[in-house]
Amino acid sequence: MNLATLTEKPQSVKTIPVIEIQNLDHYFGYGSLRKQVLFDISLDINAGEIIIMTGPSGSGKTTLLTLAGGLRSAQSGRLNILGQDLRGATAAQLTQARRRHGYIFQAHNLHNSLTAIQNVRMGLELHSELSVKEMLERSQVMLEEVGLGDRLHYYPDDLSGGQKQRVAIARALVSTPKIVLADEPTAALDKKSGRDVVELMQKLAKEQGCTILMVTHDNRILDIADRIVYMEDGRLADSAKATLTH
Amino acid sequence: MNLFLRTLQHRTPLGWLQLRHDRGRLLVALAGIAFADVLMFMQLGFQNALYDSNTRLSRSLQADLVLVSPQMRNMQFLSTFSRRRLYQALDIPGVQSASALYSNLITWKNPQTRQEKQLQAIGFDPNQPAFNLPEVNQSLDALKLPDRVLFDRTTRGQYEKAIAAFDRGNPVAAEIERRTINIAGLFTLGSSFAADGTLMTSDQTFLRLFPRRESGSTSLGLIKLQPGADSQQVAAALRSHLPNDVKVLTHFELVKVEEDFWKSQSPIGFIFGMGTTMAFFVGVVIVYQVLSTDVNAHIKEYATFKAMGYNNGYLLSVVFEQAVILAVLGFIPGVGLPLVLYQLASKATSLPIFMTLARVAFVLGLTLVMCMMSGAIATRKLQSADPADMF
Repeated sequence: MNLATLTEKPQSVKTIPVIEIQNLDHYFGYGSLRKQVLFDISLDINAGEIIIMTGPSGSGKTTLLTLAGGLRSAQSGRLNILGQDLRGATAAQLTQARRRHGYIFQAHNLHNSLTAIQNVRMGLELHSELSVKEMLERSQVMLEEVGLGDRLHYYPDDLSGGQKQRVAIARALVSTPKIVLADEPTAALDKKSGRDVVELMQKLAKEQGCTILMVTHDNRILDIADRIVYMEDGRLADSAKATLTH
Repeated sequence: MNLFLRTLQHRTPLGWLQLRHDRGRLLVALAGIAFADVLMFMQLGFQNALYDSNTRLSRSLQADLVLVSPQMRNMQFLSTFSRRRLYQALDIPGVQSASALYSNLITWKNPQTRQEKQLQAIGFDPNQPAFNLPEVNQSLDALKLPDRVLFDRTTRGQYEKAIAAFDRGNPVAAEIERRTINIAGLFTLGSSFAADGTLMTSDQTFLRLFPRRESGSTSLGLIKLQPGADSQQVAAALRSHLPNDVKVLTHFELVKVEEDFWKSQSPIGFIFGMGTTMAFFVGVVIVYQVLSTDVNAHIKEYATFKAMGYNNGYLLSVVFEQAVILAVLGFIPGVGLPLVLYQLASKATSLPIFMTLARVAFVLGLTLVMCMMSGAIATRKLQSADPADMF
């Protein structure tokens, strides 16, 4: 199968989902300890959509996110990301798949030995067609866009929590990925910084036309979503029910 | 190669930045590697010095071929063979001269402290130079007088005052077997494991010092060849001509025999080899500690890189990058300090301890291997950098 032609398609035809999940089950553990954590998940996400996934702790949100992000390999059902079927993908295929989306974590997870711009550059180095100069230029532009143009050479230890998360966003978005996956990006931030961070994500995503799948507990940011999906005990409830519960 | 360089330029030097960020840990690591390097250099330096010092005497012999007893083990334990073999050797075409050399360990009273010390006494015909030592060859005439000896100024022990007195022109006398002997000159050879130093004297004086020694039993025969004669050919002719109570060696073979003796029959090689190996493993442990602590400290960042699409190979390369940087940076003080220590040790022991380029290269190689081994063990920790389990 030619992946390249398939990945081009969603750009031209907006309605084709960039994330296509059908009848996805997932288990943790082996043998008698084997436990099902995801039950029959079906979810389609279209290009440019911002989806917020919410629900109680332990409901399987993060597991679903890590599956979509190629951090684990899907066991059954259908998991199609940007036209590539990730079910039973090998470690090397998963690594390749991860390069095509940005991942934002609950903690910023910046490398503390690297300055802000060096951290952002790490998001570009996997795309080897760029020269060092181009990488630095794009990293700088990206940091300016997240409002840290005057903090290029600061180490993470010298930045505030909100600033660190903004560097992390710059790192995730600098390679202009088609999909951004975010796992509680505002959890460690106060109300104002949390709000700033998601609005920034929303703005940049709209500019770059990328799709955002965000897991959050934070009710204050639900309004930026195009669609909210609610998850409980490893099952997806429909979005109507999700809005009811909140 | 070009591609490799381009990749290197393209890549953020993460390992280096990580090391540089934690200066304290970097210094500890470098100190540890330098420590291991210094230990290795010292062990290897002593080992080589001992081989060198024990072959110095044989190397300075002025001969193309030598005759020795088959019992010979080293220059201090030459055993004896009949002088008749030397006369027989003169029959062989190509042989220009054959002369006898007598050697024995001797106890003398240090002229300065009056304490008894053991030296190696060597007697030879003063009409013919036996050694490639200019100072000895200049004093040959003085040796023609009875009870005159030449003394090694680098003999281990307290001889500064006696040497200073001699240098001022005062006569210096010492006692050997209740005979008074006079120092007629000084030369420089250096002490060895087997003897504190060397005394050179004429064959006549030597035989007087050892009254029970017959002039017919020589320790070593020095054979000089006519110009143009092939030493291998003459050696082969000698071997077939002489009975097998004597061994014919080229000068080079003699040095080799002696070196092999010390390598195989003395514990030198084993002791210093073990010392070097231990230093190597101390280095492995230190570098491993530093690298694995560093991997642990950055495990979250590594997992993040994996989530971004970096593969295991990239993380391995970061650890190995650190290993190589540590090896090279740690080697700099690790080679500098031994240069000073060699000087000190050489003064204290009168052994020829000096740095050789080959040893620098060898220890640098060992250091790289050491750091790579540590790196390889430390990378096992990378497997726990799994983004799916961490977030």
